[in-house]
Amino acid sequence: MRDQKNKPTSDKRKRGISRRKFLKGVGLGSGVLSSGILGGPLLPEASAVAQAAEVEVAGPTPAPIELTVNGQRKNLRLEPRVTLLEALRDWLDMTGAKKVCDRATCGACTVILDGQPVYSCSVLAIESQGKNIQTVESLAQGDSLHPLQAAFVENDAQQCGFCTPGFVVAAKAFLDKYPNPTREQARLGLGGNLCRCGTYAGIWKAVLEAATGRRDSQRGIGQGGGSNA
Amino acid sequence: MKAFEYAAPSTKEQAVALLGDRWEEAAILAGGTDLLSCMKDNLMAPSRVVDIKGLRDLGGIEYNPQSGLRLGALVTFEQLREHPQVLSRYPGIVQAVEGVTSAQIRNRGSVGGDLNQRPRCWYYRNGFGLLAKDEQGRSLVVDGENRYHAILGNEGPAYFVNPSSLAPVLIALGARVRLFGPKGGRELPLEKFFTIPKTDSEHENVLQPNEILTEVLIPAGSWQTATYEVRQKEALDWPLAAASVALKLGGAQVQEARVVLGHVAPIPWRVPEAEKILTRKTITEEIAMEAGKAAVGQARPLSQNGYKVQLARVAVKRALLRAVQGGA
Repeated sequence: MRDQKNKPTSDKRKRGISRRKFLKGVGLGSGVLSSGILGGPLLPEASAVAQAAEVEVAGPTPAPIELTVNGQRKNLRLEPRVTLLEALRDWLDMTGAKKVCDRATCGACTVILDGQPVYSCSVLAIESQGKNIQTVESLAQGDSLHPLQAAFVENDAQQCGFCTPGFVVAAKAFLDKYPNPTREQARLGLGGNLCRCGTYAGIWKAVLEAATGRRDSQRGIGQGGGSNA
Repeated sequence: MKAFEYAAPSTKEQAVALLGDRWEEAAILAGGTDLLSCMKDNLMAPSRVVDIKGLRDLGGIEYNPQSGLRLGALVTFEQLREHPQVLSRYPGIVQAVEGVTSAQIRNRGSVGGDLNQRPRCWYYRNGFGLLAKDEQGRSLVVDGENRYHAILGNEGPAYFVNPSSLAPVLIALGARVRLFGPKGGRELPLEKFFTIPKTDSEHENVLQPNEILTEVLIPAGSWQTATYEVRQKEALDWPLAAASVALKLGGAQVQEARVVLGHVAPIPWRVPEAEKILTRKTITEEIAMEAGKAAVGQARPLSQNGYKVQLARVAVKRALLRAVQGGA
């Protein structure tokens, strides 16, 4: 019985042997053949098989994936290797996040995942399911720019503009966490984003101005202002 | 990136059963900041990716004055940076964390991932292998572009430097790591986790393809810690040289010292020569300089990286002064 499962014939696979059963075989293999240098109690093989069999495996072919982007649910079929950035750009036509280094370095692909800025080039779409994904597209309301975007315009905080969406999203996440930053804090806080045109001075100014604007508007509304410290 | 299967187990037993006996079979995904880059560059092409972020007992930071500090492998850099007791009792850890100047990396990058990230050696990253050899088996590093390579532990054939931010300070604190594999768990000092590969088939640590690093344990003890990194630029980058120190003080006098260098050798490089100099001394600028000098006494720079000797020496001096000034 076990031998049969361990060696699924190609016929069985063609007839659609479930991924789950296939895994049983693989799980058994890793339990039995491992190099044996470890100490400690032996995990019974049957238990290892059962353990692996409980887990669903997706791919490598496209699998159903549901993403929540800017509050909207999107249902896609994607290979597990598709990054969140590729899903946004190539499947959802949301091209605000940019693909530049594609190696978790430059920040042009920054999105906010459950409130935290991340490099979407280095997160898989499949592992972003069930999380709240916020992109630069969510910031402007119609023709009306988000105050942070307006501050970027006002302060000449871009030249070629390719890094700008990533910077704006990173700055939004930064200000949500540190509403009253000093210039030095803003500088360090945006250390995960690069601008090859070198418009950093304008960017820091824009971020500080947006922070001030936010404080002013809070005072205006009479929310007791200055409660950010 | 080669297509792969994806699984997100919820227990470590399930996770281990999903891993393979060979490295090509499966890769462990935590924050993904290094793994996905390696897969895009074809340095790794696993058939299956096992996402361990759902393993609940791999998370959490717990501090207890009696038992010390426990860090789950999935603890992120940002969680470390914001933890009250890590902030107040282990400034050397926070300083190492803050060396990673990208919020995006700190939000995803994990303790286990930092300890297991692959070297930054540009020969390795460009597909010439961990030991970076040409067709005749000669090192490309020795006569090549070696300005960022090892100045210690570089007798060959490995010349890369260990890229971990946390390993030096954790080793200085006497940390142990727990690994979990198909036959159960094992625990060993973090210092013994790292190895210098001698052959192409070896890795830079003792983790087996079907094992997971699950937690880091720092024994209780009152240590003054500090980390000092020297980097080429302020933005996101790996240091050129770094030093972490842990001092047990009796009054102003050092009872016990641990000095560990980062980014200068294929493994985090502990320097007993420097530790010996500090024992029973009061840390002054002079003593700190002497310890720095001793720390690089065995250094044998390659053709382009002699400057790293000076950087490492200064990193030790400044880490020591920072530790006794108690400044974070």
